[in-house]
Amino acid sequence: MNSITEKLLGIVSDFKGSFQGAFNIRENGQCAGRQSSPNIHIESKTDKPGIDIHVLPGTKGETVYIPACVTHGDVDDLVYNDFFIGKNADVRIVAGCGVHTDSEEEARHNGIHRFFLEKGARVVYEEKHVGTGKGTGAKRIDPVTEVTLDEDSYLEMDTVQLGGVDSTMRKTSGVLGARAKLIVRERIMTDGEETAKTDFKVTLKGEDSGVDLMSRSVAKGHSHQEFISSIRGENRCTGHSECDAILVDGGTVGAAPMLEAYHVDAALIHEAAIGKIAGEQILKLRTLGLTEEEAQEKIIAGFLK
Amino acid sequence: MLKLEHLAWELPDGEGIIKDVDLTVQDGKLIVVTGPNGGGKTTLAKLIAGLETPSKGRIAFDGKDITKMDVTERAQNGIAYAFQQPVRFKGLTVRDILELAAGGSLDESELCGLLGKVGLCASEYMNRELTAALSGGEIKRIEIATVLARKGKLSIFDEPEAGIDLWSFSRLVETFEDLRRQGSGTLLVISHQERILSIADEIVVIADGKVRAAGPREEILPTLLADEKAAICPLGREDVSI
Repeated sequence: MNSITEKLLGIVSDFKGSFQGAFNIRENGQCAGRQSSPNIHIESKTDKPGIDIHVLPGTKGETVYIPACVTHGDVDDLVYNDFFIGKNADVRIVAGCGVHTDSEEEARHNGIHRFFLEKGARVVYEEKHVGTGKGTGAKRIDPVTEVTLDEDSYLEMDTVQLGGVDSTMRKTSGVLGARAKLIVRERIMTDGEETAKTDFKVTLKGEDSGVDLMSRSVAKGHSHQEFISSIRGENRCTGHSECDAILVDGGTVGAAPMLEAYHVDAALIHEAAIGKIAGEQILKLRTLGLTEEEAQEKIIAGFLK
Repeated sequence: MLKLEHLAWELPDGEGIIKDVDLTVQDGKLIVVTGPNGGGKTTLAKLIAGLETPSKGRIAFDGKDITKMDVTERAQNGIAYAFQQPVRFKGLTVRDILELAAGGSLDESELCGLLGKVGLCASEYMNRELTAALSGGEIKRIEIATVLARKGKLSIFDEPEAGIDLWSFSRLVETFEDLRRQGSGTLLVISHQERILSIADEIVVIADGKVRAAGPREEILPTLLADEKAAICPLGREDVSI
């Protein structure tokens, strides 16, 4: 594993020289380290690049790390990772991604992650994205996440992109069975000429299923972000999506929510708020002794925390 | 010592809100500023904290001319200000804002101490975000706690009682009394509440942008109550017949 990978791993995951438990580290399209645990088995796919992660039924309290790094330009990494989470298992999955280029060539990671949660399974899925390096080559991360939740299962997805990624197209889709819950928290900051687009599509098929999508974003410089969400309720269910965006400098943001209710007891809500930081918020923090710049930094840091 | 000399401020249309105010506030006192709505109390407080800039006059604090200092500089010089209508922040928690106010990290017992003074339980509130999920009374009490956390030389509270329930209000009055007893800087409280007026060292009555009366509580409070009984128009312009 090279030093850039180690640095990126430190940013996007809990890496401190090693991982405890099951892990798979992907570096420039190759496997740079792998370990299964008695309850979590990681195997290479035979038909395409990527891995299958099998979490045995009833596994509790374990963490799986599957970070991916691209450390130089002229890499276009495409990977398919499938997670099979056994009945009543309760695990945490950390899947950060870092792309780095010091050249004029593009560095891109495209991770296609599919989750299949069996009855009663619970997963906390953490995904942190970052771009680094002084190269003019574009740093791109285009994740695709597909979630299939069986009855009474629960998936909480916490996804963060903190900066340096020139372009990202993030697609997340889910199909939920009876009483299944999907929680998605997304935080994105863009600057310069960066663009970020997120596209959520969730179908609430089962009775009493529920989804909560929360997106917070900050668009600085001349960056642009788009938030698209579609929640379709096909049964008695609850759906909520919320998009809050702060504009700084010449940043721009578009939000296009869609709610589709195909059942009389589908309760679907969307909230969106886009605008610059309220002057009163800055003023309040200035009365605590912060300068205008410090106040703005604190407000943004808190908003994206 | 806080000294206001010939202070004036107008609305953009030229209407005078503060008109030639002279006022001296001694250190370590609890001053209650009262008077009719629209009389200029909040504007006066904002001029002292630097949220508004006077069109005329001078403000001196601790021997320094602070008239031209901005909000940040005044805060750094020991002036703390509790907004009448507190601001909400998505993302900042109660702990975050109290730590920003205190200028450093606070442990749970310190948070407990601060929030307890406004009748809130730290373990229940410290990790909550300052969003609309908090009620008006809760956000108001947290706002007051931010000013207590600052330990300012001059703490200004703009109608701290507004939106607060009776039980929390009693706790707040005790807190003001404790602060005065401990000599924790000067307290300038804008209020109409008799219980707050009754613990003041001095009372200042602001009406129509001017100081109508100022002096020790013993002197001013009976006149306020007498006015009330005599059914005098609070603006003092005309007798009101009932």
